[in-house]
Amino acid sequence: MQTPAPFQYERARSVEEAIASLARHAGDARIIAGGHSLLPMMKLRLAQPEHLIDINDLSELAYIREESDEIRIGALTRHVDLLKSEVLARHLPLFADAERVIADPVVRNRGTIGGSLCQADAAEDLSAVCSAVKAQVVVRGVQSERIVDMDLFHVGPYTTAVGEGEMLTEVRIAKRAGAGSAHEKVERRAGDWAIAAASAAVWIDGGTIVDAGVALSAVGPTTVHVVRADERLRGQTPSEELFAEAGRIASEDCSPTADGRGPVDYKRHLAGVLTHRALRRAAARALHQEA
Amino acid sequence: MQVTLTINGRAVSRDVEPRQLLVHFIRDTPGLTGTHWGCDTSNCGACVVLMDGRPIKSCTTLAVMCEGHEIRTVESLEVDGRLDPVQLGFHEMHALHCGFCTPGMLMTSRALLDENPHPSDEEIRTAISGQICRCTGYKNIVAAVRWAAEHQAATRPIEEVQ
Amino acid sequence: MAVIEQEERPIGFGRLKRKEDARFIRGQGTYLDDIRLPGMLHGAILRSPYAHARILSIDTSAALAHPGVAAVITARDLETLGLAWMPTISYDTQAVLAGDKVRFQGQEVAFVIATDEYIARDALPLIDVEYEPLPAVVNARHALDPDAPLIRDDKDGQVDNLASPTWEAGDEAATDRAFAEADTVVTRDLIYPRCHPAPLETCGMIADFDPATGQLDIYNGNQAPNAHRTVYAHVAGLAEHMIRIRCNDIGGGFGNKVPVYPGYVCAIAGSIVAGAPVKWIEDRSENLMSTGFARDYVMHAEMCAKDGKITGLRVDVIADHGAFDSTAQPTKFPAGFFHICCGSYDLKAAHVKVKAVYTNKAPGGVAYRCSFRITEAVYMVERMVNALAMEMGVDEAQLRMRSFISPEQFPYETTTGWTYDSGNYAETLKVAMEIAGYEELRREQAEKRARGELMGIGCAFFTEGVGAGPRKHMDILGLAMNDGADLRVHPSGKAMVSISAQTQGQGHETTFAQIVAEELGIPPEDIEVRHGDTDRTPYGLGTYGSRSTPVSGAAVAVVSRKVRDKARLIAATMLETRAEDLAWEKGRWYVKGDPEKGAMIEEIAAYAYSGDPMPEGLEGGLDAQVIYDPPNLTYPYGAYIAVVDIDPDTAQVRVRRFIAVDDCGVRINPMIVDGQIHGGLAEGVGIALMEVITFDEEGNCLNSSFMDYLIPTALECPDFELGATVTPCPHHPLGAKGVGESPNVGSPPAIVNAVIDALHESHGVTHIDMPCTPARVWAAMQGRPEPPQ
Repeated sequence: MQTPAPFQYERARSVEEAIASLARHAGDARIIAGGHSLLPMMKLRLAQPEHLIDINDLSELAYIREESDEIRIGALTRHVDLLKSEVLARHLPLFADAERVIADPVVRNRGTIGGSLCQADAAEDLSAVCSAVKAQVVVRGVQSERIVDMDLFHVGPYTTAVGEGEMLTEVRIAKRAGAGSAHEKVERRAGDWAIAAASAAVWIDGGTIVDAGVALSAVGPTTVHVVRADERLRGQTPSEELFAEAGRIASEDCSPTADGRGPVDYKRHLAGVLTHRALRRAAARALHQEA
Repeated sequence: MQVTLTINGRAVSRDVEPRQLLVHFIRDTPGLTGTHWGCDTSNCGACVVLMDGRPIKSCTTLAVMCEGHEIRTVESLEVDGRLDPVQLGFHEMHALHCGFCTPGMLMTSRALLDENPHPSDEEIRTAISGQICRCTGYKNIVAAVRWAAEHQAATRPIEEVQ
Repeated sequence: MAVIEQEERPIGFGRLKRKEDARFIRGQGTYLDDIRLPGMLHGAILRSPYAHARILSIDTSAALAHPGVAAVITARDLETLGLAWMPTISYDTQAVLAGDKVRFQGQEVAFVIATDEYIARDALPLIDVEYEPLPAVVNARHALDPDAPLIRDDKDGQVDNLASPTWEAGDEAATDRAFAEADTVVTRDLIYPRCHPAPLETCGMIADFDPATGQLDIYNGNQAPNAHRTVYAHVAGLAEHMIRIRCNDIGGGFGNKVPVYPGYVCAIAGSIVAGAPVKWIEDRSENLMSTGFARDYVMHAEMCAKDGKITGLRVDVIADHGAFDSTAQPTKFPAGFFHICCGSYDLKAAHVKVKAVYTNKAPGGVAYRCSFRITEAVYMVERMVNALAMEMGVDEAQLRMRSFISPEQFPYETTTGWTYDSGNYAETLKVAMEIAGYEELRREQAEKRARGELMGIGCAFFTEGVGAGPRKHMDILGLAMNDGADLRVHPSGKAMVSISAQTQGQGHETTFAQIVAEELGIPPEDIEVRHGDTDRTPYGLGTYGSRSTPVSGAAVAVVSRKVRDKARLIAATMLETRAEDLAWEKGRWYVKGDPEKGAMIEEIAAYAYSGDPMPEGLEGGLDAQVIYDPPNLTYPYGAYIAVVDIDPDTAQVRVRRFIAVDDCGVRINPMIVDGQIHGGLAEGVGIALMEVITFDEEGNCLNSSFMDYLIPTALECPDFELGATVTPCPHHPLGAKGVGESPNVGSPPAIVNAVIDALHESHGVTHIDMPCTPARVWAAMQGRPEPPQ
């Protein structure tokens, strides 16, 4: 069996302690939560951190709560809890859409939203979800706390805006009237990473889309926020033609590469189809017309 | 480093390297080789055990991460020589051939029924979808879990299936 | 005829719950990694990152200096032991550890032995190997190009990458005539891609050599322990009687655990060198990258019809053997049983040509529930029938009905030299069509087509030849493909039967006990089936090619009858009558005409071991042994129907229904037979839709973990619908045939035919190579089918 190389290990007892330790080990330490991205890399010896900071005891980071006009999700919230959350089901049903197809139920018992976002894998679903709903993330350092827009969070493949001595602690999503959202994914098999996936959110007021968000997984070096689709949707009346056009924009504005999951044109095609489907479902939800 | 976890209700304490995987910690405990491993990438589920009642993949968990937690393995299902309904269901419905995935499948099935005593076939299939069985084609595993759901009170001494 | 008893605990054939379950459902199986010997060391293998490279130097000093490392073995060390190269099952040679060159990515280069598994793996990157990369041969179609680099420069006289010369079967001239007279001809290029059995437990060994006694104890999950022992005796120059192989429980095999792998030889050499037991177990990547793959057949096929019936078949095959020819098949059959490809049809003629090439890929072939290449043959012929039906504009089921060998033609000689023993093919297809509701499905399909929905129905019909085999035709490495059985009935009337078949989950402990129970009337729970230990079982070639029931099952039936015959003589003495005046009912000999007067088998056993007089010339005790030499293969067959739905936008294929009607003759335990079929069908779903091993142009393996070698989960497998017909095998003592491989053989063409059926009318698709992934199906829908590399 593949085994990790040796490392030092500590269990953080508070967020402050974890951050202090990250700062102390400057670049040689990694946070471990669910471990389902990091440990396989360590077993393959593709990742060899010298120091692991286990944050699984930090129950203060495991929550989904409504706070004034926001929904706040702690970084240690596990996939299974996102899937089962009534708050998210009510306000942001795309989370449950995505969680039903992220990895498998056993992995979902351990993996966390913070780990998913910080892995910054372009094929990962929650990054597109958070991007579509225009989430912000809270990044804490020793003496600092920054709020970062999702669009600025992933700075490259497997690279985030989280700096040395910092950690992601929370995801914040504004509660806005008339919201509807959905996530659509095509995978080679249950539990696989996406060939392509699309997250869509619309906010509808009086029959008009006042704002929209479209984001794609697995069709670019990082999560693709299709800003041009957002713009095209804004101010329009929901319609099949409109969503089809947003899909066309999505297929144009992504930049997939060919791999074992499929060629470029298929992935572009999927980006369009899935964007269309996600928008259709998001709008139906916003209008309470979901079949 | 010293680590203490509860395995099947018993505190097990050992000095281990931080890198030791939970599956190895469990298997190093005398009598507990029922938890298997079949891949390295958390895809096959042969290593599934319950941690605080939830199924997890013990090949992708460090033993040190489980300090103070409750682990349950396949060996816990039989109590005082009497079998759990999921064990009986697997026997009754021929839900195992080589037996290698069986411990993980049993633990997931147990957790599913604890949470949802009357799952649909689709819910059963979803619950075991993170685990590979190369022998049965899953049909009889689904039937076995259904059997266990329909016979929640069933128990039988081991001698009767031997 | 079939005895399908409904009783809970049948004494004999029927749905008996498995005897072996009790340990497995309690986590008390004993798989290889569960075994720990005192003082045991752990091995790990350094593997080549290159597909083809010259080895310039290997420096092991840093690894040797690593704390906890006991030894590092390279090809140079093995040369001194005479173990650098080993013979393959196909009379080729294979490097145990590469010394001159590496010839595939993942090839074994060095073996580290350390105090634990973690340390052994820590030491691997400390070994410094200097490579000079060479161009790799990846595509079998180009392996014989004049500029292709020579892979096997180790072999004297080898000038190109031909692994074995063209092998032919059938009558070429008659085939040419059939095609000349035909009114319809179809041609297809078909690839049965490389896939992998990937049993859930990987391969491994514990070797424990005792220098004081010269005894070598081996623990190893392999499918043929007796044959492996013979191989180790030859390879290592050890005395065969001083080698003991124990298999205990095996976490699946499916053919992957037939070959002898370099890691095994390393573990043995390691134990000899280190003077301690050495455990080596491969990880999943090693399993997928280096051990016995399956298929990899590139086929050009033509089929013709005349007057609405299939009349001829021509096929030209390139077999990709990888870097060493370690295909497992009977010696006289270099393409296995591929020439059974006439299938289930009364053809006028057929002609088959197969040549094999070396490529810079892992060796293997003929694994994964395939009956020695029958998988490839059935896939080819059933795809061709589908293509021909499409060309003729007739329903594929109807074309099969018209072209089947009819029941009165059995025994039937095929044009390629097989003698099918029995069958009623049309009846079995009819049963499958009834279960499927075939006509209703076609109506549903027409309605869906009108709405733009994509639904497909695909059929496949296979005839298998399993149970190798008659010693006059079949051997492996010169060893006859026979199996032994040794039956002892103890004084208490309880029995032990020792067999040379090796279960990997097939339920031998139950099935073989049921055979003895059926023949002797001893309850199955009183019969211990002993296997998996060369010291305690008779010689035989093990379990693969669906041969357990056809060969070992027959051996157990015959040995039981020998015991029964002996019991008759003893009973005659006990009852003071003549043996010929006795009649048998299950468990008891009684006097004809006086049924009250008789002796139970346990009474006879007690007598046989007592101080009472035995019949004249008969030894005491009640036991017997046999070696069974099958007179022919058995020929199970089946009709499979798949129903698929395809998302017209995303091209995802879902197998909605799968109907399988198997005729495997008499079913000893129908529950276990059904279970075998379920498992093989799931593998077929995998092969048809997702399982594949591919390589990039440099020969890097792209499917080296379960993240990329996709195996179906419960969500991809439909709720399989089974049916049965029973045509007893005329020459098997129980009328049984093999079944384990049938579902894997028959299901991929049914699914692919269904996918094509869904797309033909709307998108003009005539062929898609497996696996039918969303990307490949979508490409075909765009009019550009993409073959795998």
